[in-house]
Amino acid sequence: MNPNELILIAGMTLVTFSIRYFLLAMSGKLSLSPRLLQTLNYVPPAVLTAIVVPAVLIAEDQLWLGLGNPRLIGAIAALGVGLWRKNLLLTIMVGMGAFLLWQAVDLAN
Amino acid sequence: MAIATDVTQRPSPWREFWAGVRQTVPLIVGAIPFGIIFGTLAQSSGLSFVGTVAMSLCVFAGSSQFIALGLLAAGSPIGMIILTTWVVNLRHLLYSAALVPYLKSLSQSWKLPLAFWLTDETFMVAVQRYRQRDLAPYKHWFHLGSALAMYTNWQLCTLLGLTLGQTIPNAASWGLDFAMVATFIGMTIPYLTTRPMLAAVIMAGGTALIARSLPHQMGLMVAAVAGIAAGVAVENRLKSGEKDNEPK
Repeated sequence: MNPNELILIAGMTLVTFSIRYFLLAMSGKLSLSPRLLQTLNYVPPAVLTAIVVPAVLIAEDQLWLGLGNPRLIGAIAALGVGLWRKNLLLTIMVGMGAFLLWQAVDLAN
Repeated sequence: MAIATDVTQRPSPWREFWAGVRQTVPLIVGAIPFGIIFGTLAQSSGLSFVGTVAMSLCVFAGSSQFIALGLLAAGSPIGMIILTTWVVNLRHLLYSAALVPYLKSLSQSWKLPLAFWLTDETFMVAVQRYRQRDLAPYKHWFHLGSALAMYTNWQLCTLLGLTLGQTIPNAASWGLDFAMVATFIGMTIPYLTTRPMLAAVIMAGGTALIARSLPHQMGLMVAAVAGIAAGVAVENRLKSGEKDNEPK
């Protein structure tokens, strides 16, 4: 490992760990208002969607809506099966399967 | 996606621990391709073998590790990569805030490792367990089980990518990282039950598209905050609407 790599990894470790630990380290003295707790309920779905939507719809910095986009097909399949069966593993498998299949069909054409 | 009732009826630390591991298995399935591709791409992006292993061991944050590879390959300065890592991982501040009510009474010897091992996946399953109404005293063991399962898997996948991944031609171009997207969709679905939650999701997704070209991946945080605000706004509006409709 060269010195640059060491600095990079040390820096990434430090910033990541401080974000994760900062509030928990002093959580003994924190009391969150009911209003803030209500707000925090929305954290999981809001963050997940903010990651997922661009990952599905953006390719090479362009919006890609349409049946040619295998990620969109995979996402729709995952969403449909997830809402229908409410089973996480099945959702992942079907989403992934639809994505791979669509990609393969697209490559074959 | 219910958590086994065995844990809630006969609580014990180990039963919680293993329930946490089991509940995380589907998320691990989704994370495996992601970890392997990271290991596969690392060396061609300019990281050494040891550096790649060290990054997975110490940083343990998949999406920021991926982004770091891309920036390294593009020759970005180290300071820029660290800054981007900070922005991408800022969402963990929101996660840790949401965990405060459940972890505040634990000792630092619990808080420190649980903070180090915080990931999207473990946060999602742990919060689900903490919010169950039973009074089992060992829910942090469930959290620990999930965290250790994710950590072990990430290390194994990094190693697999570094070794086996090199022997598969173009392994990274198959788009297997889509597994992570499918996992995140699966984790979002249980929340899509109320109008405020739908508003939060639509706002977050829409904003993420508009804000995607902000520097250092800042669009993610902007979109998350916009989504949270939309959810709260709709919830408050519905509440005040209910009050107005009450008979006087």
